[in-house]
Amino acid sequence: MIGTVIGTVIGTAIGTVIETLADRYIYIFLVALLSLGLFALITERHLVKKLVGLVLFQTSVFLFFIEGSVKDGGDVPVIDPELGSDPDLYVNPLPHLLILTALVVGVAVIGVALSLITVIHRAYGTLDDAELSRPDTPADGARQETPR
Amino acid sequence: MTRSAVPALLPVVPFVGAAVAAMVAVVSPRVARWIAVVAVAVVTVLAAWGLARSVESGPLVHPMGGWAAPFGIEYVLDPLSAFIALLIGVIGLFVVLYPTRVGFGIEPERGVFLHAIVLLLLGGLLGVAVAGDLFNLFVSLEIYSIASYALIALGGPAAAVASYRYLLIGTVGSSLYLLGVGFIYFTTGTLGMDSVTTTLGGLTGSPTTAAATALVVMGLGTKMAVFPLHVWLPDAHSHAPPAVAALLAAVQVKVAAYALIRILLDVFPPRYVIDDLPVLDLLVWFGLAGVVVGSVIAIRQTDLKRLLAHSTVAQIGYIAVGIGLANSQALIGALLHVVNHAAMKACLFFAAGAILEQARTKKIPEMTGLGPRMPWTMAGFTLAAISMIGLPPTAGFFSKWYLVSGAVETGNWFVAVVIVGSSVFTLVYFLRVLERIWFGTPESSGAHTGDGPGGTPSVVEARPAIVAPVAVLGISVVVLGIVNFAIVREVLDPVAIRLLN
Repeated sequence: MIGTVIGTVIGTAIGTVIETLADRYIYIFLVALLSLGLFALITERHLVKKLVGLVLFQTSVFLFFIEGSVKDGGDVPVIDPELGSDPDLYVNPLPHLLILTALVVGVAVIGVALSLITVIHRAYGTLDDAELSRPDTPADGARQETPR
Repeated sequence: MTRSAVPALLPVVPFVGAAVAAMVAVVSPRVARWIAVVAVAVVTVLAAWGLARSVESGPLVHPMGGWAAPFGIEYVLDPLSAFIALLIGVIGLFVVLYPTRVGFGIEPERGVFLHAIVLLLLGGLLGVAVAGDLFNLFVSLEIYSIASYALIALGGPAAAVASYRYLLIGTVGSSLYLLGVGFIYFTTGTLGMDSVTTTLGGLTGSPTTAAATALVVMGLGTKMAVFPLHVWLPDAHSHAPPAVAALLAAVQVKVAAYALIRILLDVFPPRYVIDDLPVLDLLVWFGLAGVVVGSVIAIRQTDLKRLLAHSTVAQIGYIAVGIGLANSQALIGALLHVVNHAAMKACLFFAAGAILEQARTKKIPEMTGLGPRMPWTMAGFTLAAISMIGLPPTAGFFSKWYLVSGAVETGNWFVAVVIVGSSVFTLVYFLRVLERIWFGTPESSGAHTGDGPGGTPSVVEARPAIVAPVAVLGISVVVLGIVNFAIVREVLDPVAIRLLN
């Protein structure tokens, strides 16, 4: 008797998990990507790898928006004479637009980051965060002999 | 609601100015600088006019392309945003008028887009102030952040490292904000601030709204440098050139504070954040921690700009406490501290720039006896320092007064005690500097006798173009203190009442 109850409870629980997975698997994927990006950003010592982590992190946020615009069977958001103007038949175009803007902003951030990396490498000859954090690191980048 | 082009012109004038200044800089950097001065002056006048108009007859609205909200994008100038916009304009004017080489650490050469970037930074800040929807706020946030990264890096290789770290943390912050905006958009289906307020009214119990609040607060808290998200600030502000540090400390972090006030108390349904969520209590506690930690670390600094940067962390703490207490006295204190701290910290950083230029030092021990040699700069510095400590009749006293009375009003005596007690820390770290500057004799500084930069008799007062901003801001600290009651009565009191209705 008790065995059957436990069996049913476990069965329902597994069912719910599978249902959630099937229904929301995209969110699990996004959270994984976001955590991976943040993890790389925090733990990597190399400045460029930190930037890669940052880009992963940003991308997961962008994908979250794109995911939210999807509708089952939704068409391209350009009004089709055959489909009419019922908004339920088209995917939501606004998140696409927002993310297009956010992507441009993201590219600008990456551009500035890469140019800063160039400056840092030219001055210190290293991109190792731990190396740059050492208290004896000179403020004017004089450790490197090569002329700037 | 009056239709007006002013809300749109505020960010557009600096952006157009930036494009023109960038093109002109190829030919003549001197002309580019004057374009920047004119653009910022126009912004200041527009903001002052907008403040007067919106206080008198309600918010000014500009629907972009004639499309009204919720379908179109609206730029809104109400008394709160006009107040912030005016502050941005005035401080921006000081920054572009400060001599370029002293303020930014580089000789204005052909093809250096320095003033274009400053205008971009100011345009982004103004964009945040007038944004009428959450996504435009994000874009403006990123515009000013990108311009800040570039300007901080002007301070040399160490500044580039600081700027890179700020970039990583800052971008995570704005991405978190964007994620929060996504949560809000997918629950309400709208991004306009007004329509979000009405739609969210029925969704206050939903965990999605709570998650969105948490993400937005974390994102903007990073931009604002609330403890413990402040780790990027001391490095970035101390390595940045003086005028950039002044601009960042005086207005850049404050604009994030404005965005936080706007979203927590205006965009979210009335009383939702105050009654239902612990987020404001957290702001109070983290603000207090910032006040104590920032002040204690500032005491140990020997580098003047670093001391000022750590003190900024503490002052941001006061503003966070004022937002978190969420009663009208405390909120007035926070907003008043935004403008008061802007005047004093800009003055202190400009003075640090003058010292760097004349005495070639950032180290406090090497500044012994500089006071009598640079009387005007140091007089301005002293006035601003007294205001930071919070002695009447300077401006700093009044914002702390409102904060303390706000804390007493909530019955939270601990907060009041910490705010008053932290003034002692501020006294300690500024007194150390002031004592050396005015009363230290070069002989007593040991190794620096005679040949120390501060000890050499050759150090003289800086030229008028450098001293003028310091002196004017120093005097304005006292004037602000005297007119504070007028600012509160005309602008801040109605704003606070409207936000907390």
